[in-house]
Amino acid sequence: MLSNPANARKGNLIAAAGMAIAIFATIFLYENEGKNLGNYGWIFGGLIVGTVIGTLIAKRVKMTAMPEMVSLFNGMGGACAALIAIVEFNHLQASTLIHDEPIPSGTMLSIILGLIIGSVSFAGSIIAWGKLNGKLKDVVFKGQHLVNIAFLLMILSVTAYFLYFNGSESPAIFYVIFGLSCAYGILFVLPIGGADMPVVISLLNSFTGVAAATGGFLYDNQVMLTGGILVGAAGTLLTILMCTAMNRSLQNVLIGSFGSSAASTATGSTASGGQHKEISVADAAMLMNYANKVIIVPGYGLAVAQAQHTCHELEKLLESKGVEVKYAIHPVAGRMPGHMNVLLAEADVSYEKLLEMEIANDEFKSTDVVLVLGANDVVNPAAKSDPASPIYGMPILEVEDAKNIIVNKRSMKPGYAGIENQLFYQPKTSMLFGDAKKAIQELINEIKNS
Amino acid sequence: MNEIFEWIHLHQQIIYIVILSIFLGAEVIGRVPSVLHTPLMSGANAIHGVVIIGAIIVMGQAESDNILALVLGFLAVVLGTLNVVGGFVVTDRMLEMFKKKK
Repeated sequence: MLSNPANARKGNLIAAAGMAIAIFATIFLYENEGKNLGNYGWIFGGLIVGTVIGTLIAKRVKMTAMPEMVSLFNGMGGACAALIAIVEFNHLQASTLIHDEPIPSGTMLSIILGLIIGSVSFAGSIIAWGKLNGKLKDVVFKGQHLVNIAFLLMILSVTAYFLYFNGSESPAIFYVIFGLSCAYGILFVLPIGGADMPVVISLLNSFTGVAAATGGFLYDNQVMLTGGILVGAAGTLLTILMCTAMNRSLQNVLIGSFGSSAASTATGSTASGGQHKEISVADAAMLMNYANKVIIVPGYGLAVAQAQHTCHELEKLLESKGVEVKYAIHPVAGRMPGHMNVLLAEADVSYEKLLEMEIANDEFKSTDVVLVLGANDVVNPAAKSDPASPIYGMPILEVEDAKNIIVNKRSMKPGYAGIENQLFYQPKTSMLFGDAKKAIQELINEIKNS
Repeated sequence: MNEIFEWIHLHQQIIYIVILSIFLGAEVIGRVPSVLHTPLMSGANAIHGVVIIGAIIVMGQAESDNILALVLGFLAVVLGTLNVVGGFVVTDRMLEMFKKKK
């Protein structure tokens, strides 16, 4: 149902309805040893509080803030799974003391897995949320991988010990595992750079899915199991898809060394670029005003500057002057794959104007001006020409085929792949420095006046 | 160890479901165009909110004099609901924008 934009919304509503049925069925029909569930007041109270807060947050959030929103909700799900594990552990422990029979290892395993995965996902998502918000900075220290691996091993060994000695007699260890998992979640996300965050969120998303599935094992509940595993599998695959689109290996993400390693290998392989050429707003405006066809390549910078509405204004203005304007969308443009499409859709850009990569690459040859807005690595020709480049093999937008290229960036700083972009030094390329929103606004004013 | 094997044996059906779901999940993603990956991620995010069912069960089974279990369970229900409701609403908002264009 999610295979095309028109039906997708219906699919989403059906899924939501299914979820509502599952929730109410559980509340009213669930029986364990002939007993119905109690504490209805608490349950409905929780549902109502959650619904109100959730709806309010979700309605208010800006479209550009979508990645952090998804990450925050994901963290809530993870926390929920971890809390279930804790409560269930206490519950079982109390009952073993009464009946004096040990907790079955299968049940224990489900609880522990739910606890570990849930808390890693929770802690990681909250860090990801903070970083995407700009509240937290990247923290990188020497030997970080080793520390991370050490934490992972520690969690595994403590868990093994706990399971092997059927640790219901030593609840302290249970909380040690909880603490370690939270710490690992934090450490694992902390060093990862902002633009790589989508991959991590997608990964954490699938983690939470698995955590939900362990809950399904615990209660023999098919809905939780199917839903959880579905998300786990889908999330993992999506993560891998994103990695290939960015030409990164998943291994790098898992060890928590994203970005940093690529930057170090990159420095050696890029030759010094030479001179780049700046262009004034007036010249850029003139160039676009007299062009027949302009293609806009939006990127991360546009999303950060929230310039999608201004961008649409520029598009309308140029159209009114008889210029053909289109957008070329790289699959990983924006802050998440497909994020750019959502942003431009929000700004009322018509769906037909958005070109996918392959079509756009054909059109560049007949294009007079390409305006690159805050994109970098997705237009780097090194991905095609330089086998030593870390992004070699990544599909790119071949903007160099166009007659003129105007690149709007805040500075000459490399993008998240940490490599120089030869495109910026080509004779047909000119640089227009500045914040995307401000630069486009100035362009609009200039074109209006001319 | 034997207990674990026994447990696997007991839960054979569930294990089949797991395998099926994995295939289904992979199939679902494979068919979605990259245009929709952001809503997809957020939709998947909402779906793993099924963890709420576990929270409800935990809550419902807690003895009414066990304050700790009640409070933690309540928190779990609230967080789970946030995940479900927030996830679906956000996804709907995103998809609504696509629809307007068609």
